[in-house]
Amino acid sequence: MTHPAIAAYGLRKSYGDKTVLDGVDLTVPEGTIFSLLGPNGAGKTTAVKILSTLVTADAGDIRVGGHDLATDPQAVRAAIGVTGQFSAVDGLITGEENMLLMADLHHLSRREGRRVATELLERFDLTDAARKPASTYSGGMKRRLDIAMTLVGGPRIIFLDEPTTGLDPRSRHNMWQIIRELVAGGVTVFLTTQYLEEADELADRIAVLHGGRIAAEGTAEELKRMIPGGHVRLRFTDPAVYRTAVSALREAAYDDETLTVQIPSDGSQRDLRSVLDRLDAAGIEADELTVHTPDLDDVFFALTGSAAVPDQADQADRTDQTEETTVR
Amino acid sequence: MSNLALALRDSSTMLRRNLLHARRYPSLTLNLLLTPVMLLLLFVYVFGDAMSAGIGGGDRSDYIAYIVPGLLLMTIGSTTIGTAVSVANDMTEGIIARFRTMAIHRGSVLVGHVVGSVVQSILSVVLVGAVGVAIGFRSADATALEWLAAFGLLVLFTLALTWIAVGMGLVSPNAEAASNNAMPLIFLPLISSAFVPVDSMPGWFQPVAEYQPFTPAIETLRGLLLGTGIGHNGWLAVVWSLALTALGYLWATAKFNNDPK
Repeated sequence: MTHPAIAAYGLRKSYGDKTVLDGVDLTVPEGTIFSLLGPNGAGKTTAVKILSTLVTADAGDIRVGGHDLATDPQAVRAAIGVTGQFSAVDGLITGEENMLLMADLHHLSRREGRRVATELLERFDLTDAARKPASTYSGGMKRRLDIAMTLVGGPRIIFLDEPTTGLDPRSRHNMWQIIRELVAGGVTVFLTTQYLEEADELADRIAVLHGGRIAAEGTAEELKRMIPGGHVRLRFTDPAVYRTAVSALREAAYDDETLTVQIPSDGSQRDLRSVLDRLDAAGIEADELTVHTPDLDDVFFALTGSAAVPDQADQADRTDQTEETTVR
Repeated sequence: MSNLALALRDSSTMLRRNLLHARRYPSLTLNLLLTPVMLLLLFVYVFGDAMSAGIGGGDRSDYIAYIVPGLLLMTIGSTTIGTAVSVANDMTEGIIARFRTMAIHRGSVLVGHVVGSVVQSILSVVLVGAVGVAIGFRSADATALEWLAAFGLLVLFTLALTWIAVGMGLVSPNAEAASNNAMPLIFLPLISSAFVPVDSMPGWFQPVAEYQPFTPAIETLRGLLLGTGIGHNGWLAVVWSLALTALGYLWATAKFNNDPK
Protein backbone atom coordinates (compact mmCIF):
# COMPACT_ATOMS: atom_id res chain seq x y z
CA MET A 1 0.00 0.00 0.00
CA THR A 2 1.32 3.40 -0.90
CA HIS A 3 1.27 6.16 1.64
CA PRO A 4 1.03 9.83 0.74
CA ALA A 5 4.32 11.61 0.06
CA ILE A 6 3.41 14.32 2.53
CA ALA A 7 0.79 14.13 5.25
CA ALA A 8 0.36 16.79 7.90
CA TYR A 9 -2.38 17.12 10.46
CA GLY A 10 -3.01 20.02 12.77
CA LEU A 11 0.13 21.91 11.81
CA ARG A 12 0.63 24.89 14.10
CA LYS A 13 3.33 27.48 14.37
CA SER A 14 3.49 30.87 15.98
CA TYR A 15 6.29 33.37 16.39
CA GLY A 16 5.67 35.18 19.64
CA ASP A 17 2.09 36.47 19.57
CA LYS A 18 1.79 36.03 15.85
CA THR A 19 0.10 32.81 14.81
CA VAL A 20 1.39 31.90 11.38
CA LEU A 21 -0.12 28.46 10.93
CA ASP A 22 -3.28 27.70 12.84
CA GLY A 23 -4.13 24.05 12.33
CA VAL A 24 -3.22 23.19 8.76
CA ASP A 25 -4.00 19.74 7.29
CA LEU A 26 -2.32 18.68 4.08
CA THR A 27 -2.10 15.46 2.12
CA VAL A 28 -0.05 15.15 -1.02
CA PRO A 29 -0.23 11.88 -2.97
CA GLU A 30 2.97 10.55 -4.51
CA GLY A 31 3.92 11.73 -7.97
CA THR A 32 1.67 14.79 -7.98
CA ILE A 33 2.15 18.53 -7.88
CA PHE A 34 0.57 20.19 -4.90
CA SER A 35 0.41 23.94 -4.80
CA LEU A 36 0.06 26.00 -1.69
CA LEU A 37 -1.35 29.29 -2.78
CA GLY A 38 -1.61 32.42 -0.73
CA PRO A 39 -0.83 36.12 -0.54
CA ASN A 40 2.46 37.34 0.91
CA GLY A 41 2.63 36.64 4.62
CA ALA A 42 0.03 33.89 4.52
CA GLY A 43 2.47 31.37 5.99
CA LYS A 44 3.47 29.50 2.84
CA THR A 45 7.19 29.74 3.50
CA THR A 46 6.72 28.74 7.13
CA ALA A 47 4.82 25.66 5.98
CA VAL A 48 7.66 24.72 3.63
CA LYS A 49 10.27 25.34 6.31
CA ILE A 50 8.45 23.04 8.72
CA LEU A 51 7.80 20.27 6.19
CA SER A 52 11.43 20.39 5.06
CA THR A 53 12.76 20.08 8.66
CA LEU A 54 14.23 23.57 8.70
CA VAL A 55 12.11 24.80 11.61
CA THR A 56 10.13 22.83 14.15
CA ALA A 57 6.36 23.04 14.36
CA ASP A 58 4.65 23.93 17.64
CA ALA A 59 2.15 21.12 17.08
CA GLY A 60 1.06 18.68 14.42
CA ASP A 61 1.62 15.16 13.13
CA ILE A 62 3.79 15.27 10.07
CA ARG A 63 4.95 12.43 7.88
CA VAL A 64 7.13 13.10 4.86
CA GLY A 65 8.14 10.23 2.60
CA GLY A 66 6.61 7.90 5.19
CA HIS A 67 8.91 9.09 7.96
CA ASP A 68 7.81 10.85 11.09
CA LEU A 69 9.30 14.31 10.95
CA ALA A 70 9.49 14.72 14.71
CA THR A 71 11.29 11.48 15.50
CA ASP A 72 13.31 10.83 12.37
CA PRO A 73 14.18 14.13 10.67
CA GLN A 74 17.33 12.67 9.07
CA ALA A 75 15.26 10.07 7.19
CA VAL A 76 12.98 12.85 5.98
CA ARG A 77 16.01 14.87 4.87
CA ALA A 78 17.32 11.90 2.92
CA ALA A 79 14.05 11.75 0.98
CA ILE A 80 13.58 15.41 0.13
CA GLY A 81 15.12 18.20 -1.87
CA VAL A 82 14.44 21.83 -1.10
CA THR A 83 14.72 24.97 -3.17
CA GLY A 84 13.88 27.86 -0.92
CA GLN A 85 12.63 31.27 -1.81
CA PHE A 86 16.05 32.79 -1.49
CA SER A 87 18.83 31.42 -3.56
CA ALA A 88 20.51 28.51 -1.79
CA VAL A 89 23.67 28.47 -3.84
CA ASP A 90 27.15 29.25 -2.62
CA GLY A 91 27.91 32.48 -4.47
CA LEU A 92 31.63 32.42 -3.70
CA ILE A 93 32.33 29.27 -5.69
CA THR A 94 31.50 28.30 -9.28
CA GLY A 95 28.37 26.57 -10.45
CA GLU A 96 30.32 23.38 -11.05
CA GLU A 97 31.87 23.52 -7.58
CA ASN A 98 28.40 23.98 -6.11
CA MET A 99 27.28 20.84 -7.91
CA LEU A 100 30.32 18.85 -6.79
CA LEU A 101 29.78 20.05 -3.23
CA MET A 102 26.28 18.59 -3.34
CA ALA A 103 27.63 15.36 -4.84
CA ASP A 104 30.14 15.09 -1.98
CA LEU A 105 27.46 15.72 0.62
CA HIS A 106 25.34 12.99 -0.94
CA HIS A 107 28.39 10.72 -0.66
CA LEU A 108 28.62 9.99 -4.35
CA SER A 109 31.92 8.66 -5.61
CA ARG A 110 34.15 11.19 -7.34
CA ARG A 111 33.40 9.77 -10.77
CA GLU A 112 29.66 9.48 -10.12
CA GLY A 113 29.61 13.02 -8.72
CA ARG A 114 31.29 14.42 -11.83
CA ARG A 115 28.89 12.53 -14.07
CA VAL A 116 25.78 13.78 -12.22
CA ALA A 117 27.12 17.35 -12.03
CA THR A 118 27.95 17.50 -15.74
CA GLU A 119 24.62 15.96 -16.67
CA LEU A 120 22.55 18.35 -14.56
CA LEU A 121 24.54 21.42 -15.63
CA GLU A 122 23.87 20.38 -19.21
CA ARG A 123 20.19 19.75 -18.56
CA PHE A 124 19.75 23.15 -16.95
CA ASP A 125 21.68 24.93 -19.67
CA LEU A 126 24.49 25.99 -17.35
CA THR A 127 27.43 24.26 -19.01
CA ASP A 128 28.84 27.49 -20.43
CA ALA A 129 28.65 29.24 -17.06
CA ALA A 130 29.82 26.24 -15.03
CA ARG A 131 33.24 27.69 -14.28
CA LYS A 132 32.04 31.15 -13.28
CA PRO A 133 31.31 32.11 -9.67
CA ALA A 134 27.62 31.61 -8.91
CA SER A 135 27.40 35.19 -7.61
CA THR A 136 27.81 36.43 -11.18
CA TYR A 137 24.77 34.48 -12.41
CA SER A 138 21.51 36.15 -13.41
CA GLY A 139 18.39 35.51 -11.33
CA GLY A 140 17.14 32.85 -13.71
CA MET A 141 20.51 31.10 -13.84
CA LYS A 142 20.80 31.09 -10.05
CA ARG A 143 17.35 29.58 -9.79
CA ARG A 144 18.26 26.90 -12.31
CA LEU A 145 21.49 26.12 -10.47
CA ASP A 146 19.51 26.01 -7.26
CA ILE A 147 17.14 23.39 -8.64
CA ALA A 148 19.99 21.47 -10.26
CA MET A 149 21.68 21.28 -6.83
CA THR A 150 18.44 20.09 -5.29
CA LEU A 151 18.30 17.25 -7.81
CA VAL A 152 21.82 15.91 -7.19
CA GLY A 153 20.74 13.33 -4.63
CA GLY A 154 17.73 12.21 -6.68
CA PRO A 155 15.12 13.27 -4.11
CA ARG A 156 11.64 11.73 -4.40
CA ILE A 157 9.92 14.74 -2.86
CA ILE A 158 10.83 18.28 -3.84
CA PHE A 159 9.81 21.47 -2.11
CA LEU A 160 9.85 24.59 -4.24
CA ASP A 161 9.13 27.81 -2.39
CA GLU A 162 8.01 30.42 -4.92
CA PRO A 163 10.34 29.07 -7.60
CA THR A 164 9.40 31.67 -10.20
CA THR A 165 9.16 34.81 -8.08
CA GLY A 166 11.34 37.46 -9.68
CA LEU A 167 11.86 35.57 -12.93
CA ASP A 168 11.11 37.04 -16.34
CA PRO A 169 8.30 35.39 -18.34
CA ARG A 170 10.62 33.22 -20.41
CA SER A 171 12.49 31.92 -17.36
CA ARG A 172 9.16 31.30 -15.68
CA HIS A 173 7.96 29.15 -18.55
CA ASN A 174 11.26 27.28 -18.55
CA MET A 175 10.82 26.63 -14.85
CA TRP A 176 7.32 25.30 -15.42
CA GLN A 177 8.71 22.95 -18.03
CA ILE A 178 11.35 21.75 -15.57
CA ILE A 179 8.72 21.11 -12.91
CA ARG A 180 6.54 19.15 -15.34
CA GLU A 181 9.51 17.00 -16.32
CA LEU A 182 10.26 16.27 -12.68
CA VAL A 183 6.76 15.01 -12.05
CA ALA A 184 6.82 12.99 -15.24
CA GLY A 185 9.74 11.16 -13.62
CA GLY A 186 7.58 10.24 -10.64
CA VAL A 187 8.75 12.93 -8.25
CA THR A 188 6.32 14.60 -5.88
CA VAL A 189 6.43 18.40 -5.98
CA PHE A 190 5.23 20.68 -3.22
CA LEU A 191 5.06 24.13 -4.69
CA THR A 192 4.19 27.45 -3.14
CA THR A 193 3.25 30.39 -5.27
CA GLN A 194 1.47 33.68 -5.15
CA TYR A 195 0.67 33.43 -8.84
CA LEU A 196 -2.73 31.91 -9.47
CA GLU A 197 -1.83 31.31 -13.07
CA GLU A 198 1.10 29.19 -11.95
CA ALA A 199 -0.98 27.00 -9.66
CA ASP A 200 -3.62 26.67 -12.38
CA GLU A 201 -0.98 25.73 -14.93
CA LEU A 202 0.92 23.17 -12.88
CA ALA A 203 -0.84 21.82 -9.86
CA ASP A 204 -2.90 18.66 -9.55
CA ARG A 205 -4.31 20.00 -6.33
CA ILE A 206 -4.32 23.49 -4.90
CA ALA A 207 -4.77 24.61 -1.33
CA VAL A 208 -5.44 28.24 -0.59
CA LEU A 209 -3.75 29.33 2.60
CA HIS A 210 -5.30 32.28 4.32
CA GLY A 211 -4.88 33.53 7.84
CA GLY A 212 -2.95 30.43 8.87
CA ARG A 213 -5.65 28.04 7.70
CA ILE A 214 -6.52 26.23 4.51
CA ALA A 215 -9.41 28.27 3.16
CA ALA A 216 -10.13 25.84 0.34
CA GLU A 217 -8.58 22.83 -1.32
CA GLY A 218 -9.19 21.03 -4.56
CA THR A 219 -8.29 20.89 -8.22
CA ALA A 220 -8.24 24.18 -10.11
CA GLU A 221 -11.59 23.22 -11.66
CA GLU A 222 -13.13 22.39 -8.31
CA LEU A 223 -12.00 25.68 -6.88
CA LYS A 224 -13.39 27.59 -9.83
CA ARG A 225 -16.73 25.87 -9.39
CA MET A 226 -16.89 27.13 -5.83
CA ILE A 227 -17.70 30.64 -6.92
CA PRO A 228 -20.31 32.10 -9.23
CA GLY A 229 -19.72 31.09 -12.81
CA GLY A 230 -18.91 33.03 -15.94
CA HIS A 231 -21.36 35.43 -17.44
CA VAL A 232 -21.99 38.09 -19.99
CA ARG A 233 -22.69 41.40 -18.36
CA LEU A 234 -24.86 44.01 -20.04
CA ARG A 235 -24.99 47.53 -18.76
CA PHE A 236 -27.68 50.00 -19.63
CA THR A 237 -28.07 53.72 -19.17
CA ASP A 238 -31.76 53.94 -20.06
CA PRO A 239 -33.99 52.38 -17.34
CA ALA A 240 -36.69 51.62 -19.91
CA VAL A 241 -34.34 49.58 -22.06
CA TYR A 242 -33.04 47.92 -18.91
CA ARG A 243 -36.55 46.82 -17.94
CA THR A 244 -37.16 45.42 -21.42
CA ALA A 245 -33.96 43.43 -21.12
CA VAL A 246 -34.90 42.08 -17.71
CA SER A 247 -38.25 40.83 -18.90
CA ALA A 248 -36.80 39.39 -22.12
CA LEU A 249 -33.90 37.56 -20.49
CA ARG A 250 -35.71 35.52 -17.89
CA GLU A 251 -32.77 33.46 -16.61
CA ALA A 252 -30.53 36.47 -16.10
CA ALA A 253 -29.50 38.00 -12.83
CA TYR A 254 -30.07 41.73 -12.63
CA ASP A 255 -29.23 44.70 -10.52
CA ASP A 256 -31.70 47.62 -10.52
CA GLU A 257 -29.26 50.06 -9.00
CA THR A 258 -26.52 49.77 -11.57
CA LEU A 259 -28.86 48.77 -14.42
CA THR A 260 -26.83 45.69 -15.23
CA VAL A 261 -27.94 42.27 -16.37
CA GLN A 262 -25.82 39.16 -16.06
CA ILE A 263 -26.47 36.23 -18.33
CA PRO A 264 -24.76 32.96 -17.35
CA SER A 265 -22.28 31.98 -20.03
CA ASP A 266 -19.20 29.83 -20.36
CA GLY A 267 -17.64 32.52 -22.53
CA SER A 268 -17.28 30.29 -25.61
CA GLN A 269 -17.78 31.71 -29.09
CA ARG A 270 -20.87 29.57 -29.70
CA ASP A 271 -22.45 30.55 -26.42
CA LEU A 272 -21.66 34.20 -26.97
CA ARG A 273 -23.29 34.11 -30.43
CA SER A 274 -26.49 32.64 -29.02
CA VAL A 275 -26.59 35.38 -26.38
CA LEU A 276 -26.15 38.05 -29.06
CA ASP A 277 -28.81 36.40 -31.24
CA ARG A 278 -31.30 36.52 -28.39
CA LEU A 279 -30.50 40.16 -27.73
CA ASP A 280 -31.01 40.97 -31.41
CA ALA A 281 -34.25 39.02 -31.50
CA ALA A 282 -35.56 40.98 -28.54
CA GLY A 283 -34.27 44.22 -30.04
CA ILE A 284 -32.14 45.02 -27.07
CA GLU A 285 -29.08 47.14 -27.44
CA ALA A 286 -26.87 47.34 -24.36
CA ASP A 287 -24.60 50.29 -23.74
CA GLU A 288 -21.80 48.05 -22.66
CA LEU A 289 -21.14 44.33 -22.96
CA THR A 290 -18.40 42.47 -21.13
CA VAL A 291 -17.58 38.76 -21.01
CA HIS A 292 -16.48 37.46 -17.65
CA THR A 293 -14.93 34.00 -17.24
CA PRO A 294 -14.12 32.82 -13.73
CA ASP A 295 -10.48 32.24 -12.99
CA LEU A 296 -8.53 31.40 -9.90
CA ASP A 297 -8.28 35.11 -9.16
CA ASP A 298 -11.99 35.13 -8.43
CA VAL A 299 -11.62 32.11 -6.19
CA PHE A 300 -8.67 33.63 -4.47
CA PHE A 301 -10.29 36.98 -3.81
CA ALA A 302 -13.57 35.38 -2.81
CA LEU A 303 -11.82 33.09 -0.35
CA THR A 304 -9.25 35.44 1.10
CA GLY A 305 -11.54 38.48 0.86
CA SER A 306 -8.60 40.69 1.52
CA ALA A 307 -9.09 44.36 2.23
CA ALA A 308 -7.44 45.27 -1.05
CA VAL A 309 -10.33 43.96 -3.11
CA PRO A 310 -13.51 44.31 -1.04
CA ASP A 311 -15.65 45.20 -4.06
CA GLN A 312 -15.03 42.00 -5.84
CA ALA A 313 -15.90 39.86 -2.86
CA ASP A 314 -19.04 41.89 -2.21
CA GLN A 315 -20.13 41.62 -5.77
CA ALA A 316 -19.69 37.87 -5.74
CA ASP A 317 -22.01 37.68 -2.75
CA ARG A 318 -24.61 39.88 -4.33
CA THR A 319 -24.57 38.00 -7.60
CA ASP A 320 -25.05 34.84 -5.62
CA GLN A 321 -28.23 36.14 -4.02
CA THR A 322 -29.74 37.52 -7.17
CA GLU A 323 -29.06 34.30 -8.95
CA GLU A 324 -30.91 32.37 -6.32
CA THR A 325 -33.94 34.62 -6.68
CA THR A 326 -34.10 34.22 -10.41
CA VAL A 327 -33.78 30.47 -10.25
CA ARG A 328 -36.81 30.35 -8.02
CA MET B 1 27.96 4.65 6.95
CA SER B 2 28.64 4.89 10.64
CA ASN B 3 28.04 8.14 12.45
CA LEU B 4 31.72 8.88 12.88
CA ALA B 5 32.56 8.12 9.26
CA LEU B 6 29.67 10.36 8.20
CA ALA B 7 30.89 13.13 10.48
CA LEU B 8 34.43 12.87 9.13
CA ARG B 9 33.39 12.73 5.50
CA ASP B 10 30.97 15.65 5.72
CA SER B 11 33.36 17.70 7.81
CA SER B 12 36.15 17.23 5.30
CA THR B 13 33.76 18.25 2.51
CA MET B 14 32.89 21.40 4.47
CA LEU B 15 36.59 22.03 5.14
CA ARG B 16 37.27 21.84 1.41
CA ARG B 17 34.49 24.37 0.84
CA ASN B 18 35.93 26.66 3.49
CA LEU B 19 39.48 26.52 2.15
CA LEU B 20 38.16 27.08 -1.36
CA HIS B 21 36.51 30.29 -0.11
CA ALA B 22 39.75 31.35 1.56
CA ARG B 23 41.78 30.63 -1.55
CA ARG B 24 39.35 32.43 -3.87
CA TYR B 25 38.95 35.42 -1.58
CA PRO B 26 42.14 35.79 0.45
CA SER B 27 41.68 39.54 0.99
CA LEU B 28 39.91 39.21 4.34
CA THR B 29 42.63 37.04 5.84
CA LEU B 30 45.39 39.18 4.33
CA ASN B 31 43.82 42.38 5.70
CA LEU B 32 43.64 40.90 9.17
CA LEU B 33 47.21 39.73 8.83
CA LEU B 34 48.30 43.26 8.12
CA THR B 35 47.43 44.49 11.63
CA PRO B 36 49.95 42.38 13.56
CA VAL B 37 52.65 42.94 10.94
CA MET B 38 52.13 46.71 11.06
CA LEU B 39 52.11 46.67 14.84
CA LEU B 40 55.29 44.64 14.87
CA LEU B 41 57.11 47.08 12.59
CA LEU B 42 55.63 50.10 14.37
CA PHE B 43 56.59 48.98 17.84
CA VAL B 44 60.07 47.86 16.82
CA TYR B 45 61.11 50.64 14.45
CA VAL B 46 59.08 53.63 15.66
CA PHE B 47 58.56 53.07 19.40
CA GLY B 48 61.41 50.59 19.70
CA ASP B 49 63.81 52.72 21.73
CA ALA B 50 61.23 53.83 24.26
CA MET B 51 59.80 50.34 24.50
CA SER B 52 63.13 48.63 25.06
CA ALA B 53 63.85 51.14 27.82
CA GLY B 54 60.46 50.21 29.23
CA ILE B 55 61.29 46.52 29.55
CA GLY B 56 64.37 47.34 31.56
CA GLY B 57 67.11 48.57 29.28
CA GLY B 58 68.67 46.54 26.53
CA ASP B 59 68.61 47.46 22.87
CA ARG B 60 66.08 47.10 20.11
CA SER B 61 66.86 43.41 19.51
CA ASP B 62 65.83 42.68 23.11
CA TYR B 63 62.50 44.29 22.40
CA ILE B 64 62.12 42.28 19.18
CA ALA B 65 62.60 39.13 21.24
CA TYR B 66 60.07 40.41 23.76
CA ILE B 67 57.35 41.45 21.33
CA VAL B 68 57.36 38.65 18.73
CA PRO B 69 55.72 35.96 20.92
CA GLY B 70 53.02 38.46 21.90
CA LEU B 71 52.37 39.39 18.30
CA LEU B 72 52.16 35.75 17.26
CA LEU B 73 49.26 35.35 19.67
CA MET B 74 47.79 38.66 18.58
CA THR B 75 47.86 37.29 15.03
CA ILE B 76 45.63 34.46 16.20
CA GLY B 77 43.22 36.94 17.81
CA SER B 78 43.22 39.02 14.67
CA THR B 79 42.62 36.23 12.17
CA THR B 80 39.83 34.74 14.28
CA ILE B 81 37.92 38.01 13.76
CA GLY B 82 37.90 36.86 10.16
CA THR B 83 36.33 33.61 11.36
CA ALA B 84 33.51 35.48 13.10
CA VAL B 85 32.93 37.60 10.00
CA SER B 86 32.94 34.68 7.58
CA VAL B 87 30.63 32.61 9.80
CA ALA B 88 28.19 35.53 10.09
CA ASN B 89 28.37 36.03 6.32
CA ASP B 90 27.86 32.36 5.67
CA MET B 91 24.80 32.19 7.91
CA THR B 92 23.09 34.85 5.80
CA GLU B 93 23.57 32.64 2.72
CA GLY B 94 20.74 30.45 1.53
CA ILE B 95 23.14 27.54 1.20
CA ILE B 96 23.17 27.09 4.98
CA ALA B 97 19.40 26.52 4.93
CA ARG B 98 20.04 23.94 2.23
CA PHE B 99 22.64 22.18 4.39
CA ARG B 100 20.13 22.06 7.23
CA THR B 101 17.60 20.23 5.07
CA MET B 102 20.14 17.64 3.89
CA ALA B 103 20.90 14.33 5.55
CA ILE B 104 24.41 15.36 6.50
CA HIS B 105 26.22 15.45 9.80
CA ARG B 106 24.88 18.60 11.38
CA GLY B 107 28.06 19.73 13.08
CA SER B 108 30.08 19.43 9.89
CA VAL B 109 29.21 22.97 8.79
CA LEU B 110 30.84 24.42 11.92
CA VAL B 111 33.68 21.92 12.02
CA GLY B 112 34.54 22.92 8.44
CA HIS B 113 34.70 26.54 9.51
CA VAL B 114 36.76 25.79 12.60
CA VAL B 115 39.35 23.57 10.95
CA GLY B 116 39.60 25.91 7.98
CA SER B 117 40.12 28.86 10.28
CA VAL B 118 42.72 27.08 12.38
CA VAL B 119 44.66 26.26 9.21
CA GLN B 120 44.48 29.91 8.11
CA SER B 121 45.44 31.22 11.54
CA ILE B 122 48.46 28.95 11.78
CA LEU B 123 49.58 29.96 8.29
CA SER B 124 49.21 33.58 9.37
CA VAL B 125 51.24 32.91 12.51
CA VAL B 126 53.96 31.36 10.37
CA LEU B 127 53.96 34.42 8.10
CA VAL B 128 54.15 36.91 10.98
CA GLY B 129 56.80 34.71 12.56
CA ALA B 130 58.77 34.87 9.32
CA VAL B 131 58.61 38.69 9.39
CA GLY B 132 59.80 38.51 12.99
CA VAL B 133 62.76 36.35 11.99
CA ALA B 134 63.48 38.67 9.07
CA ILE B 135 63.83 41.65 11.40
CA GLY B 136 66.04 39.74 13.77
CA PHE B 137 64.00 37.50 16.07
CA ARG B 138 65.93 34.42 17.18
CA SER B 139 64.93 31.77 19.70
CA ALA B 140 67.35 31.19 22.56
CA ASP B 141 68.38 27.56 22.01
CA ALA B 142 64.87 26.12 22.04
CA THR B 143 64.99 22.33 21.74
CA ALA B 144 62.92 20.41 19.20
CA LEU B 145 60.58 19.44 22.00
CA GLU B 146 60.16 23.08 23.00
CA TRP B 147 59.41 24.04 19.39
CA LEU B 148 56.85 21.25 19.26
CA ALA B 149 55.30 22.39 22.53
CA ALA B 150 55.21 25.97 21.22
CA PHE B 151 53.47 24.81 18.06
CA GLY B 152 51.02 22.74 20.09
CA LEU B 153 50.24 25.70 22.31
CA LEU B 154 49.58 27.92 19.31
CA VAL B 155 47.24 25.36 17.74
CA LEU B 156 45.38 24.77 21.00
CA PHE B 157 44.99 28.48 21.65
CA THR B 158 43.83 29.03 18.04
CA LEU B 159 41.26 26.28 18.41
CA ALA B 160 39.90 27.94 21.56
CA LEU B 161 39.62 31.42 20.03
CA THR B 162 38.19 30.00 16.80
CA TRP B 163 35.29 28.23 18.55
CA ILE B 164 34.57 31.42 20.47
CA ALA B 165 34.71 33.40 17.22
CA VAL B 166 32.32 30.93 15.56
CA GLY B 167 29.88 31.52 18.42
CA MET B 168 30.27 35.27 17.96
CA GLY B 169 29.67 34.89 14.24
CA LEU B 170 26.50 32.87 14.87
CA VAL B 171 24.95 35.44 17.20
CA SER B 172 25.78 38.31 14.83
CA PRO B 173 23.15 39.22 12.26
CA ASN B 174 25.71 40.40 9.70
CA ALA B 175 29.40 40.82 8.98
CA GLU B 176 29.66 44.31 10.55
CA ALA B 177 28.10 43.14 13.80
CA ALA B 178 30.38 40.10 13.82
CA SER B 179 33.42 42.28 13.38
CA ASN B 180 32.30 44.48 16.30
CA ASN B 181 31.38 41.56 18.52
CA ALA B 182 34.77 39.99 17.91
CA MET B 183 36.67 43.12 18.96
CA PRO B 184 37.79 41.63 22.30
CA LEU B 185 39.86 39.13 20.33
CA ILE B 186 42.09 41.94 19.08
CA PHE B 187 41.69 44.19 22.12
CA LEU B 188 42.69 41.64 24.76
CA PRO B 189 46.26 41.26 23.43
CA LEU B 190 46.71 45.03 23.80
CA ILE B 191 46.07 44.76 27.53
CA SER B 192 48.20 41.65 27.97
CA SER B 193 51.94 41.29 28.39
CA ALA B 194 52.35 41.38 24.60
CA PHE B 195 53.82 44.90 24.39
CA VAL B 196 54.87 45.75 27.94
CA PRO B 197 55.37 43.61 31.04
CA VAL B 198 52.37 43.27 33.35
CA ASP B 199 54.33 44.62 36.35
CA SER B 200 54.81 47.92 34.52
CA MET B 201 51.03 48.44 34.55
CA PRO B 202 49.05 50.16 37.35
CA GLY B 203 48.62 47.89 40.35
CA TRP B 204 44.83 47.70 40.19
CA PHE B 205 45.02 46.61 36.57
CA GLN B 206 47.71 43.96 36.94
CA PRO B 207 45.38 41.07 37.95
CA VAL B 208 43.22 41.72 34.86
CA ALA B 209 46.24 41.71 32.56
CA GLU B 210 47.87 38.78 34.27
CA TYR B 211 44.98 36.33 34.30
CA GLN B 212 43.22 37.09 31.02
CA PRO B 213 43.78 34.32 28.47
CA PHE B 214 46.45 36.02 26.37
CA THR B 215 49.07 36.75 29.01
CA PRO B 216 49.59 33.14 30.20
CA ALA B 217 49.77 31.96 26.57
CA ILE B 218 52.27 34.72 25.68
CA GLU B 219 54.41 34.05 28.75
CA THR B 220 54.41 30.31 28.03
CA LEU B 221 55.46 30.92 24.44
CA ARG B 222 58.22 33.25 25.62
CA GLY B 223 59.37 30.62 28.07
CA LEU B 224 59.47 27.92 25.39
CA LEU B 225 61.25 30.00 22.75
CA LEU B 226 63.38 32.34 24.86
CA GLY B 227 63.99 30.37 28.02
CA THR B 228 62.27 32.84 30.36
CA GLY B 229 60.38 31.48 33.35
CA ILE B 230 57.01 29.88 32.63
CA GLY B 231 55.83 29.11 36.15
CA HIS B 232 52.08 28.77 36.58
CA ASN B 233 51.51 30.30 33.11
CA GLY B 234 51.91 26.91 31.43
CA TRP B 235 48.93 25.24 33.00
CA LEU B 236 46.97 28.49 33.04
CA ALA B 237 47.37 28.71 29.28
CA VAL B 238 46.28 25.11 28.80
CA VAL B 239 43.31 25.48 31.14
CA TRP B 240 42.21 28.69 29.44
CA SER B 241 42.51 27.05 26.01
CA LEU B 242 40.56 23.94 26.97
CA ALA B 243 37.89 25.92 28.81
CA LEU B 244 37.39 28.38 25.95
CA THR B 245 37.30 25.53 23.43
CA ALA B 246 34.61 23.71 25.42
CA LEU B 247 32.64 26.91 26.03
CA GLY B 248 32.86 28.04 22.41
CA TYR B 249 31.94 24.59 21.14
CA LEU B 250 28.86 24.29 23.36
CA TRP B 251 27.79 27.86 22.64
CA ALA B 252 28.25 27.59 18.87
CA THR B 253 26.58 24.20 18.46
CA ALA B 254 23.64 25.25 20.64
CA LYS B 255 23.18 28.39 18.54
CA PHE B 256 23.51 26.49 15.29
CA ASN B 257 20.99 23.86 16.35
CA ASN B 258 18.38 26.49 17.14
CA ASP B 259 15.73 27.05 14.50
CA PRO B 260 16.92 29.66 12.04
CA LYS B 261 14.92 32.87 11.97
